[in-house]
Amino acid sequence: MKIRRSVPGFTIAVCVLLGGLLAAFTVGRYPVGLGDLVNVLAKVLGHRTDVSPAVESVVLQVRGPRVVAAMLVGAALALAGTAFQGLFRNPLVSPDILGASSGAALGAVVGIYLSLGVLAIQAIAFGGGLIAVAAVYVIGSAVRSRDPILVLVLTGVVVGALFGAGVGLVKYLADPYNQLPAMTFWLLGSLSAIATADLIPLFGPIAVGAIVLIALRWRMNVMSLPEEEARALGVATGPLRIAIVAAATLVTSASVAASGIIGWVGLVVPHLARSLVGPDFARLLPAAAILGGGYLLLIDTVARTMAQVEIPLGILTAVIGTPFFIWLLASMQKTWS
Amino acid sequence: MLEGQGLTIGYPDRVVGVGLDVRLAKGEVLALLGPNGGGKTTLLKTLLGLLLPKAGEVRLDGRALSSHSVRERARHIAYVPQTHVATFAFPVEAVVLMGRTAHGNLFRRPTAKDREVAAAALAHLGIAPLAERPYTMISGGERQLVLLARALAQEPQFIVLDEPTASLDFGNQGKVMREIRALAASGHGVLFTTHDPNHALRAADRAFLLRGGEQLAEGPVKEVLTQERLETLYGARVHKVADASEIAFLPG
Repeated sequence: MKIRRSVPGFTIAVCVLLGGLLAAFTVGRYPVGLGDLVNVLAKVLGHRTDVSPAVESVVLQVRGPRVVAAMLVGAALALAGTAFQGLFRNPLVSPDILGASSGAALGAVVGIYLSLGVLAIQAIAFGGGLIAVAAVYVIGSAVRSRDPILVLVLTGVVVGALFGAGVGLVKYLADPYNQLPAMTFWLLGSLSAIATADLIPLFGPIAVGAIVLIALRWRMNVMSLPEEEARALGVATGPLRIAIVAAATLVTSASVAASGIIGWVGLVVPHLARSLVGPDFARLLPAAAILGGGYLLLIDTVARTMAQVEIPLGILTAVIGTPFFIWLLASMQKTWS
Repeated sequence: MLEGQGLTIGYPDRVVGVGLDVRLAKGEVLALLGPNGGGKTTLLKTLLGLLLPKAGEVRLDGRALSSHSVRERARHIAYVPQTHVATFAFPVEAVVLMGRTAHGNLFRRPTAKDREVAAAALAHLGIAPLAERPYTMISGGERQLVLLARALAQEPQFIVLDEPTASLDFGNQGKVMREIRALAASGHGVLFTTHDPNHALRAADRAFLLRGGEQLAEGPVKEVLTQERLETLYGARVHKVADASEIAFLPG
């Protein structure tokens, strides 16, 4: 009964992903027909088919890496958001609200400023993200309040602002001709610069973090209970929390390092996924990952085709995410205790 | 046997109670009474192993509780917290399944046996029809029973309940009292806190009176709960009502 009930939810998530894939490959300045797409795929799989080199190049070289990156980043942000919401027992938190994104952003901007390589930038971004989330968590739990959820969100805003100031400082110091445009473009979030070589440093950390999160999905339910209750149920909450925060921060930071700041995905997608398959993390985490991949593919397709110039992804996700958050805040108020 | 001797309880920055001796045997119900701020919750947390005693030792079947892992502890002692509003609308069945956590390893999914035990716990408490309902959409009394079912699913020897009747209507209070008796009859050691001495009289074998962090009295419930002691315990007047077989106390 339970399985049957959740199947449509998963089916919808997979359909969104497939729809996103189709749109991302076929729509664009150089339209690719469905038949051409099938032919290219067949050729990749070793069949002899008749495909023009131009089409093949568009599908494999131009759109291929970007499609893979969009799926990975969307899935990563959705997973991280889902995990953070469970861990902090708060459906309003997301990687960007807890400062992981702004911490990672500061790290990455510093990396660009120092003209480091992709791997080094990613490592610094990861460190920055971890420091920011740890700071939010420590401060948020040190401040005694009747409403710890509110304290946590506000702490995230404050710490995020501090890291944002750091980003501003680095931009101010950066070379305005070489580094600054790269930073600005990057901070708005974009997948346009993704090349095949970027996929490995993106895939590695996301795979590791995602495996950890999905492996722990059964425990995540218990982790969403109050601390003492979880421990009384037999969960060593301390180490597990650190593992989950580290994994979620790892996938967030890897995404930010590759694609810049793409906000709101980690907030919106977990809610959509929850409405599809329910709150049980065992089903929610995989569903959120699938849906997140499809969601970002669709948005990225819009970003590159809506106007003459490409629209930064972070702007599009914010246009969708902000009203969503306000709606959520209004509808959540009732159940806040 | 779950026991603590010469316990000093408290938090890193303050001491809440000193010189407490508690024993809970299997098949026995112990009621913990005392005014607000007297240290009841702190004592509960210490006996659950959630808080380390500042002096003395809590022992489970003769072995220090702190030498058991978190998981081992959870297989012996279950905790029924005061009901609260959950953040996520888990189905009741999923909440009860969480009680099986300590019986599987970190990555294991619930087995068919886990589901059986959870379903049996729900059926035992007569709330099987709630299984598919979201935990957030049921009444306070139903939630208390769900948390009790979760504790049963843990298959513990001891069950510790924090004010199990606090948010319940009159009828459900009686139901929880009966369940507590039934748990003891099936061999569990049960410890519960309450603000109502009549609940202790009704359901408990022994009573422990805690006031200002001091152990005022401990012993068989009918001997410990006297009008004078209750007046001392709460610092307020108490009336006693008695008929041929039962006594009850009313706040004066």
